[in-house]
Amino acid sequence: MNFSDTLLFASGSLRGSRSRTLLMMLAMSIGVASVVILTALGEGARRYVTGQFSSLGTNLVIVLPGRSETAGINPGMLLGQVARDLVVDDAQALLRSSAVRRVTPLAVGTAQAAHGALNREVVVAGTGADFLAIRHMDMGQGQFLPQMDFNSAMPVCVLGDKIRRELFGTQPAVGEWLHLGDRRFRVIGVLAAQGESMGMNTDDLVIVPVASAHMLFNTQALFRVLIEAKSRDMIEPAKRDTENILMQRHGGEKDVTVITQDAVLATFDRILGALTLAVGGIAAISLSVAGVLIMNVMLIAVAQRTQEIGLLKALGAPPAEIRRLFFAEAALLSMAGSVVGLVLGEIGSLAIGQMYPSLPVAAPWWAVLAAFSTALGTGILFSVMPARRAALLDPVMALARR
Amino acid sequence: MIEFSQVSRSFTVGDQQVAALRNIDLNFTAGEYVSIMGPSGSGKSTLLNLLGLLDRPSSGVYKLDGMDVTTLDDAQQAQVRREKIGFVFQFFHLVPRLSAAMNIELPMILAGIAAEERKERVSTLIKSYGLSDRADHRPDQLSGGQRQRVAIARATIMRPVVLLADEPTGNLDQTTGKEVMALLEQLVEQGVTLIMVTHDPMLGKRASRQVGMVDGEIVADTRGTK
Ligand SMILES: Nc1ncnc2c1ncn2[C@@H]1O[C@H](COP(=O)(O)OP(=O)(O)O)[C@@H](O)[C@H]1O
Ligand SMILES: [Mg+2]
Repeated sequence: MNFSDTLLFASGSLRGSRSRTLLMMLAMSIGVASVVILTALGEGARRYVTGQFSSLGTNLVIVLPGRSETAGINPGMLLGQVARDLVVDDAQALLRSSAVRRVTPLAVGTAQAAHGALNREVVVAGTGADFLAIRHMDMGQGQFLPQMDFNSAMPVCVLGDKIRRELFGTQPAVGEWLHLGDRRFRVIGVLAAQGESMGMNTDDLVIVPVASAHMLFNTQALFRVLIEAKSRDMIEPAKRDTENILMQRHGGEKDVTVITQDAVLATFDRILGALTLAVGGIAAISLSVAGVLIMNVMLIAVAQRTQEIGLLKALGAPPAEIRRLFFAEAALLSMAGSVVGLVLGEIGSLAIGQMYPSLPVAAPWWAVLAAFSTALGTGILFSVMPARRAALLDPVMALARR
Repeated sequence: MIEFSQVSRSFTVGDQQVAALRNIDLNFTAGEYVSIMGPSGSGKSTLLNLLGLLDRPSSGVYKLDGMDVTTLDDAQQAQVRREKIGFVFQFFHLVPRLSAAMNIELPMILAGIAAEERKERVSTLIKSYGLSDRADHRPDQLSGGQRQRVAIARATIMRPVVLLADEPTGNLDQTTGKEVMALLEQLVEQGVTLIMVTHDPMLGKRASRQVGMVDGEIVADTRGTK
């Protein structure tokens, strides 16, 4: 029997018993669709978190004052004893490393901001010109801080979009004066609205040169130093250089913590990747349940088609041919079921994507491939027994019944 | 062409051995028209199943065209059935979802014959069996006589050396039964070997050789009393 004839004959017998075929296809497609949708969700969550992290900046290395034994992002570490302050000259020194592209210090505090009769409490960030590039932010109007020595103060500021709205309303802000505490700053630019990223809302920020912030807060200490490595591969060298340079400058003491965004990201990536796999695996189990169903329905089909099988044998079909026919049926069924399931899964993922637009829901290609081959595999695996039973059928007995 | 020597077949029913055939010696030559008669339970169907390689003897040797076919494995026996043996059953055994033409085509599909040749042979046979206007009908849309004619067409499409028929008219009324017999005898005239089991002595007598069975043994074997 030719391959194409085998397929034709098998599809003919599938069409011959429509409700049985539809039932099995349904089971198969639900299994496949759930694999696709669940992995799409898991992958969506992973991509969402990854996206949030990279909106902080790419190839980021962050220096925190104070030594932390467990290098993680623990807000408690901010309160740890600070052996020696992190200062702007430290930040400046880090540019010596060949792995580093940009460095910017960050000093943070709160101050009362006032314009005319309007005033409110704001978060003031003292930093350098490269902050904009390192943090991947865009300007709405005007200019960002100019390139200048970290040690020189200048009475200029850049506003977050929300601050601009609250203090200036519809009036133009660029070129106006803003009071921060007891000092005056000229507004030279407004950030484009960014929205929330990793809990820090830049719309609520007033940015000034780091030396100006230090004067405002009457301190020399930095909150962070942000470093951008030259490339992904340079993250580790940049981290090492940073540690070495700062140890040198701090009299041989390791009194800072250097974290890479990469390490944190990798951890999240691993956790969420494992989650996706686990969820997909659970869905794959539902596929094998579909397989068991297929087996049972196939066994019933063998019983129902005893006569036909006996006849095929009488007409000269060897046992292997009978087995092939049942395998072909199972393969066609699971293939059709998988295709329907993939379509259902894609539609489901799209629908979820519509409901939660911020979640990049899409099944990864490996999940689609795995769902398809698992479906095909279970379909064929679970048809082994029915096919064997059919092949072993005694034609005399089969034909004796009318 | 067919040689049975000391062929026995017994079945185990419960803890008892039931002998359906006892030490049968029987030869058939090509082109013979043989009827097998006997009371119910005398072993006629068992004999025919052995002849058609649907069953294996408990002991004895069966040679077909000079080849010992009892020692072949299942796949090899299937090939012999495909190429040399045609079956006609009392209950037709057509595949219900397939059209008359497709049922006739089935043995050639199993044999892996190319589609064009299949179509050609089917249409020729359908015409000569007077089934042209029924080719696309499914079995449940056919009369009993038509069904048996389709079954005979299916049994002969591979041009077998022997045609085995187990009560081919047993499920038909007298007139259609006669029509079917006429078709079978026409095939005999064309040179087909026909071995037919029947209950009906009137039909049995038409054969050129009549084998009588009782209780698993051959009790009569007469020729040429037509
Ligand atoms: N599969 C079987 N299992 C047990 N006994 C069987 C089987 N097939 C046939 N027999 C027995 O063998 C004997 C001959 O049966 P069979 O060849 O069908 O007779 P006939 O066709 O002449 O009516 C009967 O006694 C029957 O009961
Ligand atoms: Mg019988």
